[in-house]
Amino acid sequence: MTDLLYSDVEESLRSSVRGALGRVTDSARVAALYDDPDADTSAVWSAVAGDLGLAGLLVPGEWGGVGAGAREVAVVLEELGRTVAPVPFLESAVIATTALLELESDVVASLADGGQRGVLVLPWSARAGAWTATEGGAVTPVAGALGADLFLVPTLVGGTVQLVLHESATVDPITSLDMSRPLAAVTPTGEGRVLAKGDAAVAAVDAALAAGAALLASEQVGLAQWCLETTVEYAKTRVQFARPIGSFQAIKHRLADLYLEVAQAQAAARYAADTLATGDADAPVAQAVAQSYCSDVAVHAAEEALQLHGGIGMTWEHAIHLYLKRAKSDQLALGTPAAHRADLAGLVDLPQH
Amino acid sequence: MTDVRAEVAALLARFDLETVDPVEFLGARFDAGLAWVHFPVGRGGLDRPRDEQQVVEQLLAEAGAPAPDLGRNSIGIGMAAPTLIAFGTPEQQDRYLRPLFTCEEIWCQLFSEPGAGSDLAGVATKAVLDGDTWIVNGQKVWTSGAQNAQRAILVARTDPTVVKHAGLSYFVVDMADPGVDVRPLRQITGEAEFNEVFLNDVRVPDADRVGAVGAGWRVATTTLNNERVAIGSGAEREAGQIGIVTERWRNDPSVRSSAEHDRLMSWWVETEVTRLAGERLRQQLAVGQPGPESSAMKLAFAQQAQQISGFALELDPDAGLQYDDWTMVRTVSASFLGRGPGFRYLRAKGNSIEGGTSEIMRNVVSERVLGLPADHRPDKGVPFNEVPR
Ligand SMILES: Cc1cc2nc3c(=O)[nH]c(=O)nc-3n(C[C@H](O)[C@H](O)[C@H](O)COP(=O)(O)OP(=O)(O)OC[C@H]3O[C@@H](n4cnc5c(N)ncnc54)[C@H](O)[C@@H]3O)c2cc1C
Repeated sequence: MTDLLYSDVEESLRSSVRGALGRVTDSARVAALYDDPDADTSAVWSAVAGDLGLAGLLVPGEWGGVGAGAREVAVVLEELGRTVAPVPFLESAVIATTALLELESDVVASLADGGQRGVLVLPWSARAGAWTATEGGAVTPVAGALGADLFLVPTLVGGTVQLVLHESATVDPITSLDMSRPLAAVTPTGEGRVLAKGDAAVAAVDAALAAGAALLASEQVGLAQWCLETTVEYAKTRVQFARPIGSFQAIKHRLADLYLEVAQAQAAARYAADTLATGDADAPVAQAVAQSYCSDVAVHAAEEALQLHGGIGMTWEHAIHLYLKRAKSDQLALGTPAAHRADLAGLVDLPQH
Repeated sequence: MTDVRAEVAALLARFDLETVDPVEFLGARFDAGLAWVHFPVGRGGLDRPRDEQQVVEQLLAEAGAPAPDLGRNSIGIGMAAPTLIAFGTPEQQDRYLRPLFTCEEIWCQLFSEPGAGSDLAGVATKAVLDGDTWIVNGQKVWTSGAQNAQRAILVARTDPTVVKHAGLSYFVVDMADPGVDVRPLRQITGEAEFNEVFLNDVRVPDADRVGAVGAGWRVATTTLNNERVAIGSGAEREAGQIGIVTERWRNDPSVRSSAEHDRLMSWWVETEVTRLAGERLRQQLAVGQPGPESSAMKLAFAQQAQQISGFALELDPDAGLQYDDWTMVRTVSASFLGRGPGFRYLRAKGNSIEGGTSEIMRNVVSERVLGLPADHRPDKGVPFNEVPR
């Protein structure tokens, strides 16, 4: 059985990421993005990708990366989820990077040091085995495109999928449910350079989406943990009827159930990260399970947090809405839970008919 | 350092598994320290990390070696043994562990009473010291397997003048004592897996007290945490109720429908994440005792067992309308999965009651894992014999 815990190295990575994020982002700065989408969040990318060098976690040393793996990336994403950090780490350092690594393209070196940002130009709801290459025009809604330098565009040319690298595109911002991960309509411009054609291109895109789905689960776990911890703390201190509300069983039992869900989500996300890291044959099952489960847990955690905070949970001022908006968007991203269950059915031989 | 794989190989090499007597083999397994590798040398173990036990179990299962009958002795193996290791005297460990493991001695659990179920610390059964012997009087209920048991673990009140948790002691009882009277209680499945047990002047030597006088609650908590781990465990994918449903779905296209498909897959995912979380907990517990987190696993297990066994009836309505046998029998070897789908559905209802109800599991998680305030308890700080009832 795979190691579902965290190593000491992973824990120390976590504390440096947590420390760095504490300096460059907070809920007030995230909330500000809803009123001013152009507010400057570049410090978050600089801290994560530049100072800590995390953009190159998945990239081998010979291409300027760190040569770590998916388990470490998962820890970073847990921390990003905890803070709903406005940073396209998953989009560039995981998804675009994985596509380039699959193709053994040296372009990956320019992403590894965080100097440039890449984006896979597909609707954010795409998942492995279920996406359509563009035949021209705008692709929408794409996450991680605002501020990107390299656009990896799955393009249909004469019935064949090509993965085309564009260095420029028209990027029109879209008002998004989750403004901490703003979406855009992307129309590639310029000639572009073909990186791969046919099966190789399809395989690279599928691998990128699979890695994204597997590791999105860790972002969802971090988010859900924040919601649980914040709500438990609130329940201990908020007094009604001369008692802390956390002494009412109606509340205790809901939080106990949520604890169970979060503990299970964490195990599922660890398993997905570990099997991705080791190239385990069970990785596709692990990914489908993690996405099916963690997506719903994150949403439920945010919804419970809101309800159990009462009126304050409904305010713009409290951070919970930022988590709810991210959680609901994450649930729809990279394949819905039901879509992943349908994939899973095929993998474990439980056909619908 | 001992290598458990080598120890297993050496054990297997000594027997012809086709013909070996199970008791003889299990005795040899105990003597080789492969009963519970995390127990001390000489007491069924090798002082190895707890997680290596899984390696042993797997190798022995692959070889087709005889295993202890958990249907008959899950209380002995899953609950009494870890409690005796944690709190028993060397003499108690030497006397009880080996025959328990070979299943020559079957154990039952005399905890619950008519007036003390969830509130186990409220037991009223009295134990009074007479010389070096305790005289026990009271009534126990829902005692699974008492009809087959030679020994029991018992929680009884030794001091009614202090608060309820402080006045309890923990004992090993010989079920052959003439004061022990076991009467079957029929369950909703038709059979009698559990009993009521009357204790009339039952004599228990002080040497069979486990832990200090008055420390019974602490000892019982160890038993209960192990019970929750035992009930909530299952290391294989598609183990238990989900495996029965998936096998049917794969082999019988007539039960398939799109309406049920997403439900099936949701249960598949639920059981898989519980399996992974249980595995993660086991990795965390590689050393040490199960803690309150295991209560969450038990909660998940009960929900899934109940929902999936109900779902199984819906998959095949004509079969679901029938029942295999209502004849009253006293269960010899208990199993949640044995017998037909109707039995499985009804038996699973007990999963959220036995070993602590799901409501109590949620209390344990919220108070002991999350640190939320305790419930209002009117008997708090009041001596047991002054609590109105
Ligand atoms: C199949 C089966 C086998 C069993 N085997 C054994 C055995 O071998 N040995 C043994 O000692 N016992 C055994 N039991 C007994 C079991 O441990 C008890 O039934 C259980 O602890 C509940 O106690 P009770 O039946 O008195 O119910 P009660 O405690 O009266 O509970 C009734 C209801 O009230 C709820 N409730 C009680 N307290 C609270 C609270 N504080 N907060 C919220 N809700 C609460 C319960 O959850 C339940 O829904 C077995 C039970 C079953 C069903």
